[in-house]
Amino acid sequence: MSTPTIARSRDGQGRLAAVLLSPTFAVLGVVIAFPIVAAVWDSLHRTTEELDADGLVVEAERFSGLANYTSLIGNDRFQTALWNTTFFTVTTVAIETLLGLAMALLMHRAFRGRAIFRAGVLVPWAIPTAISALLWRWIFSADGVANAVLGREILWTAGGLEAKLAIILADTWKTAPFVALLVLAGLQVIPDEVYEAARVDGAGAWQRLRSVTLPLVMPSLLVAVMFRMMDALRMFDLPQVMIGTRKPSVETLSQLAWDEAMNLRYGPAAATATVLFLYIAVAAFVFVRILGADMLSEAKDDGKAVARGRGGSSPHKQPDMLSEAKDDGKAVARGGKEGKA
Amino acid sequence: MIRRWADRLSPVLVALFCLAPFYWMVVSSLRRTNDILDMSLLPSPFSLENYRAVFQPGNGFVRALGNSVVVAGTTTVLTLIVGTTAAYALARLRFRFKRTVLALVVSTSMFPGSLLIVPLLRLFTDIGWINSYQAMVVPNLSFALPLAVWNLTAFFRRLPFELEQAAMVDGCTAGQAFRKVILPLAAPGVFTTAIITFVVAWNEYLIAVSMVNDQSMKTANVIVSQFTGQHGYDQPFGTQMAAGVIVTVPLVLVVLAFQRRIVAGLTSGGLK
Repeated sequence: MSTPTIARSRDGQGRLAAVLLSPTFAVLGVVIAFPIVAAVWDSLHRTTEELDADGLVVEAERFSGLANYTSLIGNDRFQTALWNTTFFTVTTVAIETLLGLAMALLMHRAFRGRAIFRAGVLVPWAIPTAISALLWRWIFSADGVANAVLGREILWTAGGLEAKLAIILADTWKTAPFVALLVLAGLQVIPDEVYEAARVDGAGAWQRLRSVTLPLVMPSLLVAVMFRMMDALRMFDLPQVMIGTRKPSVETLSQLAWDEAMNLRYGPAAATATVLFLYIAVAAFVFVRILGADMLSEAKDDGKAVARGRGGSSPHKQPDMLSEAKDDGKAVARGGKEGKA
Repeated sequence: MIRRWADRLSPVLVALFCLAPFYWMVVSSLRRTNDILDMSLLPSPFSLENYRAVFQPGNGFVRALGNSVVVAGTTTVLTLIVGTTAAYALARLRFRFKRTVLALVVSTSMFPGSLLIVPLLRLFTDIGWINSYQAMVVPNLSFALPLAVWNLTAFFRRLPFELEQAAMVDGCTAGQAFRKVILPLAAPGVFTTAIITFVVAWNEYLIAVSMVNDQSMKTANVIVSQFTGQHGYDQPFGTQMAAGVIVTVPLVLVVLAFQRRIVAGLTSGGLK
C-alpha cells in the first residue's frame, strides 16, 4: 500500500468515504445526538403555567437548573427504580454469565448436539421480549404451570420478591443461551495444539480448564458480559409487560422515565433518562478499567490489531487489550466498543 | 462413562430449557378456553378456538401484523441501504479517523431507548408524526443501524482486497468497484444482516408503545400485550398465547432455516 499511485488516490478515497458515511451520520444525528442534547435541555427545564399578555393561561418552559435532578435524590420511587435496575443487572448478568459459560463448555465437547443446541438457542432470541413476557406471565400466573410444578400457590406476578425472581428467570431464559453462543464462538477458535501441549505437560482436566480454556476465552466472555450489562441496565419490556407499570417491586429506571414521559412530566422524565444514560456510561467505563487489565494480560498478539487499525487516532492503551485479533472485523469491532467506554 | 452421558445429555437439556417455555405457549394456544388451566403436555381436545378469537375483527390483530411488517420491513431496508454504504467506507477505504468513526457509530447502539423517548415524542408531536409509521421507523434506526454497520464492516473486511484493486486496474472507480464487485460478493453478509435487523426490529416494543396510541397503527407486539378479555380486566391468556405463536412462528422458522448464518453474524460482532 505504499506505492505512490495508491497514496495519491487516498485523497479521493477520503472524499468518497465522507460521502458514503454522511447518511449514517445524518441518521445518527437525528436519532441519537439530537435526543441527547434535547433530553439534557429538557432535564434542566420545568413546564409551568403562566398568564400571557392577553391574560390567557399558557404553558411555558422555565429554566430550573438542576431542580429536576435534586428532586430525584429524595424521591422514593426513583431510589426504588435505581435499586431495582442495579439488582436486576447484577443478578441476571451474574447468573447468565455462569450459566452461559457452563453451557458453552458442555457444548464445546458435545460435538453431535451442536446443531440442536444452536437451533434451540435462537428460539428464545427470536421471540419478541414483549411476547415472552406474556408467556412468562402465563407460566407464573396463579393457576399457571410454575405453581403446578412446584405444588405451591405463589402469587408470582403480584409483586414483591416473587416478581423479581420471575423476571430474573424469564430474562435468564432469553439471554443465558445467547451468552453461551458467544462464548462457544470464542471456544471454537482455540487451537487444539494448545490443549495437546497442556496435556503433554501433565495438566489435568480441571487445570486445562483453569489455565488454558478460561484465559483464552476470557476476551469473548468479557465482551458478552459487558453487552449483557448494558442491556440489563436499560431493561424495559420484560417488567413492563410481565408485571406492569408502576409496580414498585420491579420498576426499572427505563420504566420510570417512560411513565413520567407518558404523563407529560418531561423534565423529570428527561432527568431520569439522563441519569440512566450516565449510569450505563460509567458502568461500562468502570468495567473496562477494572477488567481491562485482565484482558490485556491475556492478549499477546495484539500488535496485529493495532497495526490494522490504521485510522487517525493514535493506538492508545485500551484498543490493544481486547483484540486477540482473530479476524479484522472482530478486532475493529472491539476497538469500537472500547472507544465508547 | 459419566462424561459420555453428560456429553450426550447436555445439549438435550439446554435445548429443553430453551424450548420448553415456547412449547408451553404452543400447547396453551391449542387448548379450549375451558381447558386453559389443564396441565397435560398435549392439548386435549385439540382446539383452534383461541386462534379464531385472535382474528376477531375487534382485536385489530391482522392490521397490527401488517403494521409490524411495514415498520420492521422499512427499518430493515433503510438500515441496509445506509449501513452498507457506511460499512463499505469503513472496511475498504483509507481515510483518517476511521477507528474513531467506527467507535462512534457502534457506541450509539448503547443509548437507552428511554432517553430517546422524551425528545423524540416532543419532536414528533410538533411535526405531526405521532401515530405514523415513520415515528416508529426513524427511532428504530438508532439501534438497527449501528448493529448493521458493525456486522457489514466485519463482513466486508473478510473479502480480499485484490478484488477491488483488479477492478480498479481495469478502469473501475472505487464506487463502481463497490457496486459491481464487492456488493454481489457481499450478498450473503447483507442477507444475514437483513435477517438480524428484521428480527431485532420486529421485537421492538418501547418505541412502538410510546409513539402510537391509535389502535389501528399499533404493532403486533403492542396489540397483543394489550389484549383484554371479554370481561374487562381478566387476561385472555389463551388468546395471547395464540397471538404470540402467530407473531413468533414465522420468525422462528426463518431463524431455524438460516441458523448457521445468523450465528456467524451474531458472534462475529459479539453483539446481540
